[in-house]
Amino acid sequence: MTQSHSLTLQNLTIDLDTFYLHDINLDIAAGEYFAILGPTGAGKTVLLEAIAGLHMLKKGTLLLHGEDVTNCPPETRGIGFVYQDYMLFPHMNVAENIAFGLKLRKAASQVIKTKVNHIGKLLNIDHLLHRAPISLSGGEKQRVALARALVIEPQVLLLDEPLSALDPSTREQLQEELRHLHNRLNTTIIHVTHDFEEAQALGDRIAIMNQGTIAQVGTPEEIFRTPASEFIANFVGMRNIFKGTTRPNKDNQENTKATIAFQDIEITALTTLKGQVHCTIRPEDITLSTDILSPGQINCFEGKITKITPRGAIAYLTVAVPPTFTGLLTMQTLKAMALQEGTRVTLSFKPAAVHVFK
Amino acid sequence: MRSLFANKTLGVFTLLSILLILFIACPLAGTIISTSPALFLQTLQDPEVREAINLTFSASLMATGLTLILGVPLAYLLARVSFPGKWLVEGIVDVPVVVPHSAAGIALLMVFGRQTLLGKAFGLLGIQFVSARPGIIAAMLFVSLSFLVNAAREGFEAIDPRLERVARTLGASPWQVFWHISLPLAWRNILSGMILMWARGLSEFGAVVILAYHPMVAPVLLYERFQAFGLRYALPVATLMILICLLAFITLRVIANRPNRKDNVHDPIP
Repeated sequence: MTQSHSLTLQNLTIDLDTFYLHDINLDIAAGEYFAILGPTGAGKTVLLEAIAGLHMLKKGTLLLHGEDVTNCPPETRGIGFVYQDYMLFPHMNVAENIAFGLKLRKAASQVIKTKVNHIGKLLNIDHLLHRAPISLSGGEKQRVALARALVIEPQVLLLDEPLSALDPSTREQLQEELRHLHNRLNTTIIHVTHDFEEAQALGDRIAIMNQGTIAQVGTPEEIFRTPASEFIANFVGMRNIFKGTTRPNKDNQENTKATIAFQDIEITALTTLKGQVHCTIRPEDITLSTDILSPGQINCFEGKITKITPRGAIAYLTVAVPPTFTGLLTMQTLKAMALQEGTRVTLSFKPAAVHVFK
Repeated sequence: MRSLFANKTLGVFTLLSILLILFIACPLAGTIISTSPALFLQTLQDPEVREAINLTFSASLMATGLTLILGVPLAYLLARVSFPGKWLVEGIVDVPVVVPHSAAGIALLMVFGRQTLLGKAFGLLGIQFVSARPGIIAAMLFVSLSFLVNAAREGFEAIDPRLERVARTLGASPWQVFWHISLPLAWRNILSGMILMWARGLSEFGAVVILAYHPMVAPVLLYERFQAFGLRYALPVATLMILICLLAFITLRVIANRPNRKDNVHDPIP
């Protein structure tokens, strides 16, 4: 990835009747695959449309390769856009849809033909060129929409939930192809989604959006490991999110170890945060055993399995201490340990496995 | 049919519906049946009738054409833009439907009459409204423009605004978006609106008769024949008008029911 910035958003603020975006700041590198993740209604689509130039900004600046395009109309920006529900022009066939941008650029008909065929091959839709959009499957429509946006060789490609309307197998396939296309064309891509796994699989970096603001920006690993807030932790599918109060620790030499008390238990973690905090422990960091609890050991609790939820080769185990923890075991281990709902187990985790945030 | 009558509510509704349909169908059919074929053929060849029919068709077509140029942009604005006083504009577009058409004729006379400012101004250009073709067109336009404007508006409203947005990102200016996306997608609604407006214009009597008794449009001729010669001579003209309107509506249905390619057209976002 090069360091030059493809797209810079500075204090971008939008006030529509139904949506409000507040002080959005983002730097997206040229050639980066950037995911924007957030729940429905977070303002993700509005943000993309604003980048494309489809909404008037109340405040802020938008730089495209260092050039201020804040007041440029969308047709001059060279930013491609793909909507979740394709938005293919119903009165044109596939080839006409793809050629639309080229025709507006007054490209020679031979050039148009070559480019349409080329992009058609790239996206495996060259056999559909004469078909009407209505006769295509969802996956095919989305390929056409991608081809239509890519054929004009956009500087930035904006994808608004491009995979959300597709069935799981098509989604997986197209996700793979998006990665492939990105590697091959090296276009800067901003991909909006509400699915963390999709963002994680595709994004070099992820921005989490909530209620019209950017809540956190980071690599998928950073966001998953160290969510900046309870909302993000919940949204990325974190389990074991607890809220408590830190207490000074007796044997705290480095001033990094703290005891967090909540409900009837105390958790030891490595943190310098004080007062009211949240903490999370990833299920795979929790060790489960049927051994008897040795008294006084830190981060070691006894509880009863209340629920076992199999997920393919693994299973989530809900253990009521209380509070309720969620652990993770392979199905194989689960069988070997002969665990069932109602079994009493001991769960433990290292202080370093506890992520603490405000 | 069996299941329809098994349900008592639907059975009662069906009987009531039949009454209403017969109320419309019987007079129309009766008119057509009572017309003597010989007299009908003779009427078709009557120069006065032909002239009136020609005038009616062409004047209504002209009114429709004018509304196409002026009313389709209005329909697009109403479908896409919210502006202060929009309710008032919408009201003005709909008012001609409810105003008594003779009152509409009087209102037009107040603006386009020979002694009015506008009437005089047009007079200088050699355009006269009273007892002249432009008056007929004005009267038809006034009473029937709502049909085209509202149909076009519905057509534009049914286009997902994101189709237009995507076109912008692909390099189309707002003008190009209108010509390449919005207009072709709303075209069927516009065409239906045109046929409806044209047919409504054809049948206009009240407003036209006040602005221009002469030259005579078909409904005025019909009225005159009824007054001067009686029912027997009015019948063939009435039949002719009814048949023409039936044809217009059959065409309308054919257009409306043609298989649709608009898979991406959504209901307007609330």
